[in-house]
Amino acid sequence: MSFINYSSREINCKIVYYGPGLCGKTTNLQYIYKRMTPEARGKMISLATETERTLFFDFLPLSLGEVRGFKTRFHLYTVPGQVFYDASRRLILRGVDGVVFCADSQLTRVDANVESMENLQVNLRDQGYNPDKIPLVLQYNKRDLPNVASVAELHALLNHRNVPEFESSASTGIGVFETLKSVIKLILIDLKKGSR
Amino acid sequence: MWNGFFFFGGAYGIFLPMTQGHFILREREYEAFLAVLRKLLLDSYAKVAFLVDKNGTLMASAGATAEFDTTSLASLAAGNIAATGGLANLIGEKEFSILFHEGERDNMHLSVVADRLILVVIFDRRSSVGLVRLRVRRASEELARILVAVAEAATAGQGVIEDLTEADIESLFK
Repeated sequence: MSFINYSSREINCKIVYYGPGLCGKTTNLQYIYKRMTPEARGKMISLATETERTLFFDFLPLSLGEVRGFKTRFHLYTVPGQVFYDASRRLILRGVDGVVFCADSQLTRVDANVESMENLQVNLRDQGYNPDKIPLVLQYNKRDLPNVASVAELHALLNHRNVPEFESSASTGIGVFETLKSVIKLILIDLKKGSR
Repeated sequence: MWNGFFFFGGAYGIFLPMTQGHFILREREYEAFLAVLRKLLLDSYAKVAFLVDKNGTLMASAGATAEFDTTSLASLAAGNIAATGGLANLIGEKEFSILFHEGERDNMHLSVVADRLILVVIFDRRSSVGLVRLRVRRASEELARILVAVAEAATAGQGVIEDLTEADIESLFK
């Protein structure tokens, strides 16, 4: 649910990076943080365990400039990917405007991706969203590694809605901004349509 | 940290759909929120007061805000309320509507307003948790009344979003 403040002339939107454990959600945010100018980004907050696994969420606020005299602010969140943190994932999806589903392309993680996508749909429904309508972008991450599933295979397994999809290597930044740009566009178009 | 009781009933509770449309805050209601926060600060001798959407967006703030990273505070306050709300559900409670965090120098009082907003007050030894609780209770009633006006104004339309063009959206990425 976007927040529009006419007094401070701001539009705020929430983007959630979803996906199985160790797929690269936090790495996406870290790369974005690294590459954005200090004026365009706020502080990145990571609520992580001692071993740097996301415990509750990562948070990165971005300011992307103005449209029609309104500053646009996007709040990027990641969820903890590990299966047993489901209660936290549900909470973080509250008020979300758009989702990036980050899939791990490695063959060994195919099942984990499918499980996480199913979990996303359940949790979106749980929060009152229609999973077939919410702005969604798929990112096939870790394309630089050996033994990865083909894009066609991942598409068939995960992209039932035929939403925009990107190949990426979040650790080197390939595909990271393309994904972000795509979800932001979808969110703004969706808000404009007022379809939710 | 202790969790208090429900201090605010449903009298002013309104339902703003969490997942549909936009939360639109207009000048008049924004100024009204600010006036309540400023009065709360004066009455409670607090350092700073924030009003945060339950989704983690800062709506209004008053006091020594320059000392704090308000965006991060808003996000974490919402996370805090959401997490304790999750805990409450697990033991059969609707939510814990008041949270109090005691620090060495500063303390933080968080409370849920009308199921929709979070009022955060930071105070030091010049005030006390009892005084803050008392003043927060009164301020919450005012804030809830304004929130009703926000909901009414939101249904009036005149949104900026509806007028966005593809070119506007594209201009963000140049």
